[in-house]
Amino acid sequence: MPIFEYQDVKIDVDEDGFMQEPEKWDETIAKALATTEGVDELTDEHWKVVNYLREYYLKFGIAPMIRKLCKETGFPLKRIYELFPSGPAKGACKVAGLAKPTGCV
Amino acid sequence: MSDEKLKSEQLADIDYNPPSKDWMDVKPVIKKGTFNYPAVEASEKYLDLPFSRKWDPRDDDWKLPENWKEIVLKGLKDLLGKYRSFKVFMDICVRCGACADKCHFYLGSGDPKNMPVLRAELLRSVYRNDFTTAGKIFGKLAGARELTEDVIKEWFLYFYQCTECRRCSVFCPYGIDTAEITMMGRELLNKLGLGIDWINTPAANCFRTGNHLGIQPHGFKDSVDFAVDDLLDFTGIRVEAPINKKGAEILFVVPSADYFGDPHYFGFLGYLALFHEIGLDYTFSTFASEGGNFGLFHSAEMMKRLNAKIYAEARRLGVKWIIGGECGHMWRVLHQYMDTINGPADFLEEPVSPITGTKFENAKSTKMVHIAEFTADLIKHNKVKFDRSRNDHWIVTFHDSCNTARGMGILDEPRYIIRSTCNNFYDMPENTIREQTFCCGSGSGIGTDENLEMRLRGGFPRANAVKYVREKHGVNLLTCMCAIDKATLPAVMDFWVPGVELAGVHELVGNALIMKGEKRSGDLRGQPFKGEEVKEHV
Repeated sequence: MPIFEYQDVKIDVDEDGFMQEPEKWDETIAKALATTEGVDELTDEHWKVVNYLREYYLKFGIAPMIRKLCKETGFPLKRIYELFPSGPAKGACKVAGLAKPTGCV
Repeated sequence: MSDEKLKSEQLADIDYNPPSKDWMDVKPVIKKGTFNYPAVEASEKYLDLPFSRKWDPRDDDWKLPENWKEIVLKGLKDLLGKYRSFKVFMDICVRCGACADKCHFYLGSGDPKNMPVLRAELLRSVYRNDFTTAGKIFGKLAGARELTEDVIKEWFLYFYQCTECRRCSVFCPYGIDTAEITMMGRELLNKLGLGIDWINTPAANCFRTGNHLGIQPHGFKDSVDFAVDDLLDFTGIRVEAPINKKGAEILFVVPSADYFGDPHYFGFLGYLALFHEIGLDYTFSTFASEGGNFGLFHSAEMMKRLNAKIYAEARRLGVKWIIGGECGHMWRVLHQYMDTINGPADFLEEPVSPITGTKFENAKSTKMVHIAEFTADLIKHNKVKFDRSRNDHWIVTFHDSCNTARGMGILDEPRYIIRSTCNNFYDMPENTIREQTFCCGSGSGIGTDENLEMRLRGGFPRANAVKYVREKHGVNLLTCMCAIDKATLPAVMDFWVPGVELAGVHELVGNALIMKGEKRSGDLRGQPFKGEEVKEHV
C-alpha cells in the first residue's frame, strides 16, 4: 500500500492517492493532499467545497451527488473544476479525505 | 493519468502487424493504463472470497496459492460439467476469424490477443491440453499448451480487456458467445483471488448497503428528496417519490449512478417527472437500490446472489411487478439468466401497464419491464404529450448499449422515444448501431481511471462513428440507456470527439414532457431552452 508523505504528514493512500483511513483526516492533511492536485493554497472557496464534502461524508458515509454539491455550495460544476482541476470526485473528494466512489460513475 | 497525457494522434496510430513469433511464445506485458487494480482485501473478505491478499499485477510474484494449478483445472472441469454451452464453445470453434476484426479492443489496439478468437484460445489451449485426447497426445500441434503462471497473467490481462459486449458473437457463424468464455475465465481467476477492485468492491457494497456505490438508506432518501426539490425548481411541480412503500403496484429499480452521477441524474429527474404525470403507483427500494449487477462480471454465483435481492424486495413490498431503469448489464442478467438462476418469479403478476392496459408478454416470466418499453407504450397510446422544441438545443444521436441491444433486442423503443421527444435525431452508420453496436469500451467493470488507455482504445470505433454524425449533422448529444455508458463515454468523447455530451433517453423525455400546471424555467440541467437564452440575463 503506498504511503503519502508531505512535511509532517504521513498517511496510507490507495494507488490513486486517496486516503485509506478517512477518519484520520484533518486540515493539515487536506493542505498536504491539495498539493497532489495542483492546488498550492486552499482558499475560502476551496474550503467551502471541502467542508461541505466532509460534513456530508460524516453524515452519510459517502460523497454527495455532484449536482447537490454544486447547489449547496453555490458553485457551478465549471467553477469546481477550476478550484480542483481533477474535478469534484477525483480532486475535491481526495482533498476532503473521502474514499473514491466505485460502480457506474 | 495526469503525469503522461495521452494524445489522440498517438493512440490512433495503430499497428495491425502481428508479432513474428507464435502467439504462445509472446509473453503478456502488464503496463500502466491497460490493466485494473486488484480488489482491496476488505471487499474480498466481505464477500467471503478465497485468497484475499495484497498483490500487484506489475510484480513478478502474484503470490498465488500453492495449489493454484489444481484449483484452476478443477474449476475448469466443474464449469465444463456445469455448462454444456461452454463445452460446446470450447470444441466448436474452427478459427475462421470472422470475429477477429469485430472487437473494439482489437480495432483500437491492434493486439492480436484482443481478437475474440485468440482471446478464447487463451483458455481453449488449456482445455485442449488437459481435457481432450488430441491435445494430450499431440500437444502444441493440436493447439494445446500447459497451464503456467504466465498463462494466468495472460488471462488476467485479456479477460479484463474484454467488455463482454458480444459484438463478436453476432458475426460468429457458430454463434459462440465469447462473452461467456470471458466470464468463465474471470470466474477461474477469482478462484485464485485475482479479482479487480472495480468489480469486487461494488459487489461488496451492494450487499452491504443495497447498491454499488455504498449509499446507505438515509443517503438514498437524501438524494431522492434532493431530486424532488430540484425538479420543483425546474418545473414548478412537487412530485412524490415513494421509498419502501408496501403495497405499491410497481417496484422501480435503477442503477445507483442515476441518483449520484452526472449526466445520469438528469435522466433520473426525467423518470420522476414521467411517473408523476401518468400517476403511476410505484416505489423505490433502499434494499434493492441497484439495478446493475457487478456479480455478472465476477461469477455466476455472485450474479445470482445480487439478482435475488431485487426479487426478495419485490416480495417483501408486495408489488405486482417491476420496472427497471436505464441500466445496461442488469438487462443481460434479467433477460438471459434470471429465469433459470432465480426464477420464474411466480409470486408476482404478469406485467400489465396500468395506464394503457398493454400486457408485456416478453416479461411474462421475469415480471420485469424495461422503462424504454414502458415509455414507448405510453407514447404509442397517446398518454403523454411532448413539446419537442424543448430539446432543440440538442442534435441527437443514439448509442445502443450492448446489453440492451444484443442482450435483449431493445432497438426500436429508444429510437421511437427519442423521435417523439426531439426534432433533431441522426443515427450513426448502420454497421455501428443496433445489433452491431460498438461498445463504449469500458463495460463489464473495467471503466477505471487506471485502465484509461485501454478504454480510449476500445472506445475508438464508437467515437469514430460519433465523429461521422458530428461532422455530417453537427451532433452534440450522444444518448444511451446504460449507466456505464453515461459514466465512461464522456472521457472517450472528450478525447476523440470533443463537444459531444452524454444523456439518458429519459432526460429528453423529462425535458419535452408537458406536465399539468408546469412552469418550466429551462431544461433539467438548468440550461435555458433554445430561443430563450436571452431571458436568462434579463
